[in-house]
Amino acid sequence: MKLLFLSFSLSLIIFIGCESNSKEKLLKIDLITQIDSSSKNEMAITPPPFSDGIFPCSECHKDLKPNSTRRKLVDMHDDIDAMFNHDSENRWCLDCHDTQYRDSLHLASGKRLDFKESYKLCGQCHGDKYRDWKVGVHGKRTGEWNGKKLYLLCVNCHNPHSPRFKPLKPLPPPVREEDIKF
Amino acid sequence: MQNNEKNNSRRNFLKKLPVLALGTAALASCNSQEIEEFLQQNFKTLSKEEKDEIVKNLEKKYYEKYGKKFKVSDKPATEGILFGYGLDLSRCIGCRRCVYACVKENNQSRDPQIHWIQVLQMEKEKGIDFAHSTVHYNPETVPEPGHFYLPVACQQCRNPQCITVCPTKATWQEEDGIVVVDYNWCIGCRYCMAACPYGARHFNWGEPNIPLEEINPETHYLGNRPRPKGVVEKCTFCVQRVREGKYPSCVEICPVGARKFDNLLDPESEIRYILENKRVLVLKEELNTQPKFYYFFGV
Ligand code: HEC
Ligand code: HEC
Ligand code: HEC
Ligand code: HEC
Repeated sequence: MKLLFLSFSLSLIIFIGCESNSKEKLLKIDLITQIDSSSKNEMAITPPPFSDGIFPCSECHKDLKPNSTRRKLVDMHDDIDAMFNHDSENRWCLDCHDTQYRDSLHLASGKRLDFKESYKLCGQCHGDKYRDWKVGVHGKRTGEWNGKKLYLLCVNCHNPHSPRFKPLKPLPPPVREEDIKF
Repeated sequence: MQNNEKNNSRRNFLKKLPVLALGTAALASCNSQEIEEFLQQNFKTLSKEEKDEIVKNLEKKYYEKYGKKFKVSDKPATEGILFGYGLDLSRCIGCRRCVYACVKENNQSRDPQIHWIQVLQMEKEKGIDFAHSTVHYNPETVPEPGHFYLPVACQQCRNPQCITVCPTKATWQEEDGIVVVDYNWCIGCRYCMAACPYGARHFNWGEPNIPLEEINPETHYLGNRPRPKGVVEKCTFCVQRVREGKYPSCVEICPVGARKFDNLLDPESEIRYILENKRVLVLKEELNTQPKFYYFFGV
């Protein structure tokens, strides 16, 4: 990604906005008419996208002895175990899921965290993305640009067990100009 | 009186330029309402009452044509708002969800096909290079290794070349920065298309064709209302949505969250955060068109 834009074609662009004076040039905004935005930015966050029937985890886990030994899971969650690919050399389930309070996550500090706030867990290791997410730049908000917004959780787009964004099938390309009929 | 002058100048213009018969030929087969529309003043110069009347007539006409109740809004720009758009080039995967959400929201003709958004696939090695880009990529899945994607639609320039060349003043920039077209005034000369360095304007060569069940009846006079044959159209940032506080439909559909939309005059806005904190570029900056459509690297 970083190497991406080393070469630009001459016919083009370019503005790389690092120096603030050229940034001003780019902005060219009449700043006299700034508005008060304090009323805006009410936000809500989508609920955790659990699969049907999996939550509360304690439904099963209250009868199971917590087992923090890293192992291959066979009786349950074998699908998650198989896909688990998130710094998996250094990490296992209970680094994120709480061993005692099974319906919670926990931070490295041990602080428990509701699934509704899983973004804080992610933010612990991905601080830059978390910062951008909070201001709406990474991830996605829907709702009103000038009012109530709904944030997607990190886990709406990234499976926490295999977080690479999954490729998509593209929708059809446009018809070729020579094929357009009138 | 000023209105009369405008009307006259359009007629004179048409007389002097028989070359433009293409756009006006339609008149020959017009019914009286169409002629009335043709003789209508430029939307910008109309009074509130006149606008209401025109909007009412259009709603009636569309109801008859499409069998659906239409809303044709004429909601004006709000003071203190200047719309700006951000597109994260390090996120976009070229899935084209935006292209088709836009077609549907904005009643673009399906056949002949019109797409306001073109997604260009480019090679990472070459960087941004229109000459070596394609819109026809079609692999099983995207993104394709070694490539990145650059969606292009109207760049909503602060200094739009397209409006200065329009002989009938049928296209202009609104107070909130949206460049619009009055389809009742457009004569189809396509000077604006030649002037646009981004290929963002599209001409209805044929009668636009949209399946009845897919027509979007929530429209704006200066945006997505159904267009006749022979006029030019383009992205309006979804004027019918954004003036009601909603996001453009391309922003709403984007599965990777690459598309950002906000008020440039609001120092707390997402778009201002992007301009101040990210690497940002505009297309063909050297032409001094001053787009309000910013490409950035969220990384
Ligand atoms: C990086 C932290 C992290 C690790 C490591 C992790 N998980 Fe999770 N897991 C989460 C988060 C966050 C969610 C919540 C997803 C949501 O909100 O839907 C979750 C959800 C789940 C779910 C519910 C899934 C569903 O279908 O809705 C199960 C079951 C689960 N994890 C089991 C495991 C197991 C077993 C492991 C070890 C193989 C593991 N997790 C490793 C963070 C983690
Ligand atoms: C249907 C019953 C069931 C539900 C519901 C369930 N689990 Fe489990 N879970 C099990 C079983 C059984 C095991 C032991 C699997 C093994 O050892 O092969 C297990 C093991 C685990 C482990 C491995 C560590 C340990 O203590 O054994 C984690 C982590 C885990 N579950 C997390 C979750 C989370 C998080 C949820 C809720 C989102 C959840 N489970 C819901 C049955 C369940
Ligand atoms: C304890 C630290 C830690 C936590 C917590 C954590 N991650 Fe990660 N994450 C990593 C590391 C280390 C890598 C890079 C190694 C790898 O790719 O496996 C990574 C990689 C990623 C990647 C890039 C994957 C790729 O292949 O490109 C994404 C996306 C990601 N994490 C999202 C998340 C999300 C979402 C959460 C919260 C549910 C989260 N992470 C929580 C440490 C963490
Ligand atoms: C709207 C969907 C969406 C949301 C929500 C989202 N991301 Fe991402 N994220 C992406 C996409 C798309 C990429 C680029 C994926 C790729 O290149 O594989 C990405 C990339 C990443 C990467 C890897 C960056 C790299 O260097 O390649 C990390 C880490 C990450 N996201 C963390 C997070 C965290 C943490 C959150 C929540 C605070 C979050 N994301 C929310 C879509 C999202």
